[in-house]
Amino acid sequence: MTVFSILKKQPKRAGKKTMHKLLQGEPESRHFLLGNEAIARGAIEAGVAFATTYPGTPSSEISANLFEISQETDLYFEYSSNEKIALELASASANSGLRTLCLMKHVGLNVAADVLMTLAYLGVKKGLVLLTADDPFMFSSQNEQDNRYYGKLAGVPVLEPSSVDEAKEMIKYAFDLSEQLNEPVIFRTTTRVNHSSGIVEFKDITLPQTKGEFVKDPMNYVSVPAVSRKRHKVLLDNLEKAATISDSCSYNFIKGKGNFGIICNGVSYAYVCDSIKDLGIEDKVKILRPGLSHPMPDALIKEFLKDTEKVLVVEEGEPVMEEYVRSVAQTQKITCEIKGKHKDLLSRLYEFNPSIVRSAIAKFFGFENKSAVPVDISDLPVLPNRPPNLCAGCAHRAVFYAAKKAGGTDTLYPSDIGCYTLGFLPPVGMGDFVLCMGASIGTACGFSKSTGKNTLAFIGDSTFFHSGINGLLNAVFNNHDITVVILDNRTTAMTGHQPNPGVDMTELGFENYNQIDIEAVVKSLGVGYVQTVKPYNIRKTQEAIEEAMKFKGVSVVIAKEKCVLYAKQLGQGKKTVFQVNHDKCKNHRNCVNDLGCPAFYIEKDKVNINPEMCTGCSVCAQICPENAISPVKIK
Amino acid sequence: MSNITKLIIVAVGGQGNLLASKILGEAALDAGIQVQMSEIHGMAQRGGVVESSILFGDAKSSIIADGEADILLGFEPLESLRAVAKCNKNTEIITNMRPLQPFTSAIGLAKYPESEEIEKLLKAKSKNFLGFDATKLAIEAGTSLSLNMVLLGALAQRNLIPIGKDLIEKTIKEKTKKQFAETNLKAFHAGFQKALELSK
Repeated sequence: MTVFSILKKQPKRAGKKTMHKLLQGEPESRHFLLGNEAIARGAIEAGVAFATTYPGTPSSEISANLFEISQETDLYFEYSSNEKIALELASASANSGLRTLCLMKHVGLNVAADVLMTLAYLGVKKGLVLLTADDPFMFSSQNEQDNRYYGKLAGVPVLEPSSVDEAKEMIKYAFDLSEQLNEPVIFRTTTRVNHSSGIVEFKDITLPQTKGEFVKDPMNYVSVPAVSRKRHKVLLDNLEKAATISDSCSYNFIKGKGNFGIICNGVSYAYVCDSIKDLGIEDKVKILRPGLSHPMPDALIKEFLKDTEKVLVVEEGEPVMEEYVRSVAQTQKITCEIKGKHKDLLSRLYEFNPSIVRSAIAKFFGFENKSAVPVDISDLPVLPNRPPNLCAGCAHRAVFYAAKKAGGTDTLYPSDIGCYTLGFLPPVGMGDFVLCMGASIGTACGFSKSTGKNTLAFIGDSTFFHSGINGLLNAVFNNHDITVVILDNRTTAMTGHQPNPGVDMTELGFENYNQIDIEAVVKSLGVGYVQTVKPYNIRKTQEAIEEAMKFKGVSVVIAKEKCVLYAKQLGQGKKTVFQVNHDKCKNHRNCVNDLGCPAFYIEKDKVNINPEMCTGCSVCAQICPENAISPVKIK
Repeated sequence: MSNITKLIIVAVGGQGNLLASKILGEAALDAGIQVQMSEIHGMAQRGGVVESSILFGDAKSSIIADGEADILLGFEPLESLRAVAKCNKNTEIITNMRPLQPFTSAIGLAKYPESEEIEKLLKAKSKNFLGFDATKLAIEAGTSLSLNMVLLGALAQRNLIPIGKDLIEKTIKEKTKKQFAETNLKAFHAGFQKALELSK
């Protein structure tokens, strides 16, 4: 008998019989888990009762697992419509006495930053862990900002795990630390921890307290100037307390002995350990690894710098620790050489790897680097790329084709964050300016006003709900002359089909959700021209966009068609595929050159359609000048 | 010297590379061998390159830098060639030789290298090269989706990783979906057998 049996309750969704894999397994059992699974398990072991998020890579698998677990347990989980709202809910829940996790990708914290800055003043009653998943190298992000600065900016602690197994344990400590300080704690991961897998050991699950109570205390909770002046002092006192904790925290440690020192955080710690072994310099180099990296452990740093000849700081991203360590050295009048970010050593760009770190260590301390030599690749031919592409049959492609016909090449097309961002690539070539979530509408207004050109913004359904809606509101109020095309594919496709306010949750087997109708929202904002179209009908879509662009003022076209992958998952895929009739085809190749659907291939100088990939969208058939493309039923 | 074995697996999205990696990770767990695995994939939902790195033994890192792979296991010949920078003169390459045309070459915008050229280059840049049409064996076993199992079979035969054939087999039985287990094992054996023939 374990705590699992107490946790278990009737699955809320019919048809689901087996318990979630992160709830199975006895304490002390060992499992091979993805970093994000380990983090979800850690939160469950910590007794998390309330979790909120807006989906974003590389954090998405944490929320996917918690969403599933919430269907079998008392955990409250929600996909909020943006990160700011997610953190608002979390602030209330943690101040009502529930252990709360709020998670997002790094840029999501920019959206939630307004909440965080004042929440640090108000504090929390029960643990609130704010997980930010940073993305050095931008595997799937628009920037690689270093969110450790948010800890400094808000005055809250930052924890950084170095490995998958440590992440699971450390997130439990994050809740404890938050409760010790009555402050939210930032848990900062990077893609390389989120998307690595390793062996973790399960521990006992703490039963969560799931019913909260809020004790009114307006003189500490209502952030008017008089209250905030008082609370800012409390925050600084808490930060001082955190600094003391940092010096004795077991996640901050010195390892090894030697005259040379390396200070490293997060995944860099793994590369440093492996490098020291590879270089055979275990007896010459010691390591300081701050896991609680804000506030930094002053006493530990002083001890580390003492009698050390040279110090290398190995951290991806910005020189956060490096600058701090240098300031400690200055106050201590320690003159040893401290280096990190330098054109000959370590870069602020992208993510590190074992070889980069090993070379920097060898170079800085003067050791021989006998790394394996990569084979010569100078004689390789030019290899065809596999650029990311919209899926075969993706409705976005149809909308882009129609919009291009309607707006031509002189129109400006700001776009937004989602699968459809890929529309900027040839041959589609639609997307002139992409900034951040929801920005297509605001930037469209700016371009329209400043250039006087026709401006058409693309935005997805989830992104519209996230923050595009505000841009539209502004556009109507200030009477801008823009057209907005909302690419409503009925789900949050790019991050893995998470729900958003427009999703029909009953299709997924859920009750107790409402569905928001984009057209009704747009109309209610006072948009003068609104039309919903089915994008697979190219002619009608093109006509609707043409009309919208003629309209003086804000016009909106909603292109409503389920993401092909999502439709397939729901068993709603089309039962036909299309084929090229080679007797009719005269090789104009409009299909290939204008649409670039990956289902096309050329064989013996003729266009063919791969029936395994064709989804039956019929768009190519509609634009073929010879009517040479026709449907075939699948048996 | 080092007790660490570094394996790079490259594939095209949808070829089942991540399941193969997971099986190796689970098998290592079962065998009591330390293992770190990392997946690298970009924005593409479909058709992009998916790479995973697996480090068996006493390593903390989960990624493999250029020149540092002991084994390159390729699910597609072009992707094996693209990943050859991960190899050094002691690396062993095992690869499927059945091309999966990228869209750029499928519509004639780029040229897919000839199979002979790919094979020649991969041979020249490795200590040992094992290339065969693994897709064909997968289809013969029941479905092209079992390609990953064929390649795991070939990997097991080469005896390059610290996990034996029996344990991988057991893990496939336990960790892949029940309805595919038989096909998967058939594919695994076909890959093993093929590697045995080619190694003779």
